[in-house]
Amino acid sequence: MSEPVIKCQSVYKIFGANAERMLKEANGNVDAKTFQENGCIVGVNNASFEVSKGEMLVVMGLSGSGKSTLLRCISRLTDATGGKIFIEGQDLLNLNNKELIDLRRNKMGMVFQSFALLPHKTVLENIAFPLQIKGIKTEDSINKAMDMVKLVGLDGRENYFPRELSGGQQQRVGIARSLAVEPDIWFLDEPFSALDPLIRKEMQDEFLRLQEKLQKTIMFITHDFDEALKLADRIAIMKDGIIEQLDTPANIVLNPATEYVRKFTEEVPREKVLLIKDVMDEITSDNMGDIKVSKDEIIENVAQKILTQEKTVAVTDGKNNIVGSINPAKIINTVFGERKNNH
Amino acid sequence: MELLKKYPKLFQWLFLLAVFFALCFAIDVPETYKFIRGQAEFVKDPNQSAFVFLGKEVRYYAFDVFWRLPPLLGWLPIWINDSLFFLMNDWMPMEFWNEDTQEYKTRPLVLQITRNLTAFMTFLIELIREILLGGLETIVAFTSWDWIDANPWAELPGLPWTIVAAGSAILAYKLGGKGLALYALLSMTYISIFGQWKPSMQTLSFILVAAPLSFIFGLGLGVAAYKSKRVEKALYPILLVMQTMPQYAVLVPALVLFGVGDHAAVIITMIVAVPPMILLTLLGLRAVPPEVIEAGRMSGCSNWQLMSKVLIPTARRDILIGVNQVIMVCFSMAVISAFIGAKGLGFNLLLALNQLNIGLALEAGLCISLIAILLDKMSLAWANKQVDYFGNLNFFQRNKNSLFFGVIVIVGILLAYFGSIYFKDGYNYLFEVPHNKGISTADFWNKGVDWIFDTFFVYIKAFNTWLIVDVLQPMRALYLRMPAVATLVLVVGAGYLIGGVRSALVVCGLTLFIALSPWWDRALVTTYMATFGVLVSCTIGFTVGTLCFQNKHSTNFMLNVCDIFQTFPSFVYLIPVMMLFGITDTSVLIAVIVYATIPATRYTIEGLRSVPAGLHDAATMSGVTKFQRLFKIEFPLAFPHMMLGLNQTIVFALFMVIIGAFIGTEDLGQYILKALSDKKGAGIGLTLGICVAFIGLIFDNLIRTWVGQRKKHLGID
Repeated sequence: MSEPVIKCQSVYKIFGANAERMLKEANGNVDAKTFQENGCIVGVNNASFEVSKGEMLVVMGLSGSGKSTLLRCISRLTDATGGKIFIEGQDLLNLNNKELIDLRRNKMGMVFQSFALLPHKTVLENIAFPLQIKGIKTEDSINKAMDMVKLVGLDGRENYFPRELSGGQQQRVGIARSLAVEPDIWFLDEPFSALDPLIRKEMQDEFLRLQEKLQKTIMFITHDFDEALKLADRIAIMKDGIIEQLDTPANIVLNPATEYVRKFTEEVPREKVLLIKDVMDEITSDNMGDIKVSKDEIIENVAQKILTQEKTVAVTDGKNNIVGSINPAKIINTVFGERKNNH
Repeated sequence: MELLKKYPKLFQWLFLLAVFFALCFAIDVPETYKFIRGQAEFVKDPNQSAFVFLGKEVRYYAFDVFWRLPPLLGWLPIWINDSLFFLMNDWMPMEFWNEDTQEYKTRPLVLQITRNLTAFMTFLIELIREILLGGLETIVAFTSWDWIDANPWAELPGLPWTIVAAGSAILAYKLGGKGLALYALLSMTYISIFGQWKPSMQTLSFILVAAPLSFIFGLGLGVAAYKSKRVEKALYPILLVMQTMPQYAVLVPALVLFGVGDHAAVIITMIVAVPPMILLTLLGLRAVPPEVIEAGRMSGCSNWQLMSKVLIPTARRDILIGVNQVIMVCFSMAVISAFIGAKGLGFNLLLALNQLNIGLALEAGLCISLIAILLDKMSLAWANKQVDYFGNLNFFQRNKNSLFFGVIVIVGILLAYFGSIYFKDGYNYLFEVPHNKGISTADFWNKGVDWIFDTFFVYIKAFNTWLIVDVLQPMRALYLRMPAVATLVLVVGAGYLIGGVRSALVVCGLTLFIALSPWWDRALVTTYMATFGVLVSCTIGFTVGTLCFQNKHSTNFMLNVCDIFQTFPSFVYLIPVMMLFGITDTSVLIAVIVYATIPATRYTIEGLRSVPAGLHDAATMSGVTKFQRLFKIEFPLAFPHMMLGLNQTIVFALFMVIIGAFIGTEDLGQYILKALSDKKGAGIGLTLGICVAFIGLIFDNLIRTWVGQRKKHLGID
């Protein structure tokens, strides 16, 4: 397998005067409480994970869980106190200032919760900004920015100022700006949290559409579990700086690793999250009907089809080979049945 | 007891006042006490006591220490003066190459530095001045007097006024559109045909050097303070004192260091104009949201790009207010520095005021104000300018302004040429309308003043007499009747009640400095005048502000009026009051009131505006009347902001009181003015300035502390 795009090894971020000394003394066993008594606050506690090319990792956690801090360590907006971070094999923490700027100019894009647009520049100028910083000619950068304006559907508003746009439109500008340099790695820090629910859903769909087209490597931060389920290839759930569980949405819903994670999964409508392949059984010798469902369908979409059958239904992969089976009872059990580890 | 528990603060204040008055009544006025002239003036008198400190003899009239503290700091001005002298004349003599005599010469280091600095400033001013008006100093600076004698054609001829006027209109059009262009054209034409061209251009050349330099230094130091805590800590006390230091007071030491003339004026202007620029830059940079900075970093900005393309533009609003302040201070100083020999409108204004030629003063004042407003609006328009990327323009369209200017230059030169033929014998009016040879409305104004004086003399005099005899004199007497100890107790007690021990110590230190200086009595007079001015200004300002706030249009109108009035140099305010009230305390006080009402009004409106709209609706839904809403909701919430207005009002009032010395007052300002013409005045002027600054800082500290607590209490910030 090719090298992961982002690779974190035991990353710590501790705020406070003697953070580094205390981390050394703790010897890899960081207890938030003892640190706090000594005037240090633990932001990220021993985070290790990898993100491979084209994958979307969603980091989910409530406010103060350290998810934004983790993202800032990986974009090196703040320096991690301990551990190692590799971006495409480069040791991020050992880059000098110039190399770091180069990396950001060419490989990274970031979207912010409060949009963080430059108030004195128009939509177009905001989007062209990273290009101009790189030293690209005004005319070229403006043309490129115009393409981006079209990509995010803001044509006709390119000469507006940020203050003249709605929140959703402003975030489209933020997204366009982060994509202007065609980065490989895309960081999104709660990009839709400041938006109204309807706009948020619209932006999520739009975001999925973009990702389908662009296939970036993404780290997406959110405090909204539903959003995480909807978007993620894998989800990392954080609490007090520690990654409680890192897994696919289905596995998190089906097998929550800790009590904390389980609380999130309780209210989740499983039929909307789980795919057939997540719950299907082995190929059985029972006689199966003529109905077949794809293993990549969401349960909700095919539930009616399966439930109206009396027989077991065959599950196929993309090439129409039968890879498993599923019967109505299984569906009913998954959706309404006892949840694992429940009470 | 119940009451006491319910309002503990109120009783503490009452107790403080009781102690204060008890002290006032317990300590009698000493029989030998007169309003002190002698304690401060360095005359010899057998009744004086004396002490020697640091080799300086201080003589003073001794009183009971409870009544007046002895001037233990009396040596300070003398010491400052001597140190300055030593620095300038004897410290670190070094060999320096002299261009003119082509040999090495021994000169003290500081003298050499200041001389080089002034030479540089002079060069800049002369350069602009000679482009506008013509001359040969700049050419000489590059060549020599002999060369210019041999080549008289090289003398700069200066631009005809038509070109400058049209040029400024084109620039204004490019920056701000038609309205601004029209304004520029009209005001420039006005200046020319009213015969104020030469002094106006002299003033303009001074401003065009002082304002950009102040801006650059202010911005640079502001950025440095933003980046380094240490720089900020080092700058902070200086900034604080400079904010309340009257501009007059800086003149005197600068006179010693830099001599007399426009160059000294530029340096002083920078000293006064840079601090507010630093403060506002710092304020603006601090307010940039952290995510915007992160966005800049993630866009791959280097540190320099981050500062110049992200931070400074985002902080633009505050920085622009700084620019506005710089321009205001520059114009204000353009007048004041006429005292130290700066040429231009300010000089004419002072001369006219001295001769009581109100008409002339009015014309000069109007010209200053016109240019001030023009530059202010142009700098604002420049900062807000937008680029059009998609206008598909051809060469002519893109360069139409420059082309047009080229045409103007040719036309202007032709006009001037025809003028030289047409006005063969007299002045070439198409080149430059000479000073006082244009249309003058001075006579009209003077006649108007005379008429007003003749017609309303009785009423004005009656009002004047009433104000002085029945209000001002008693008030002044009351202030002077305060024993020093009582004042100290009152101020320190107030500090303690408002801000605890820390505040008490700060105000105690500031008050002690004034009390131990030789000018306590004078300081009391300054305070009394400022108090009177502030009381009236606040009453007017708060009332007008509140009334205007009831309607959106009147609100905007009033804010605009404040803007324009604020752009007038402070000295201009003296003209109309002298017109009406002649040379009396009343004139000064009315100028103070007019000037200080501006911030009072502005902050009242802004305070009321800052009340959240949600609260308005909530109040309306609870069925309050307009008055209830005003008194129960808007006033309490707007009050902290209004108190900041009070703070500004005090500073403005103090400035004007000091400037009022020009008309004639018996306070600190009079001595500052005196120190200007005194060879050994530097130390005195500086110490006096610090005294005035400290009066301002005492109030500043108390008000800010109170506002900070109040805001915390109300949960607004």
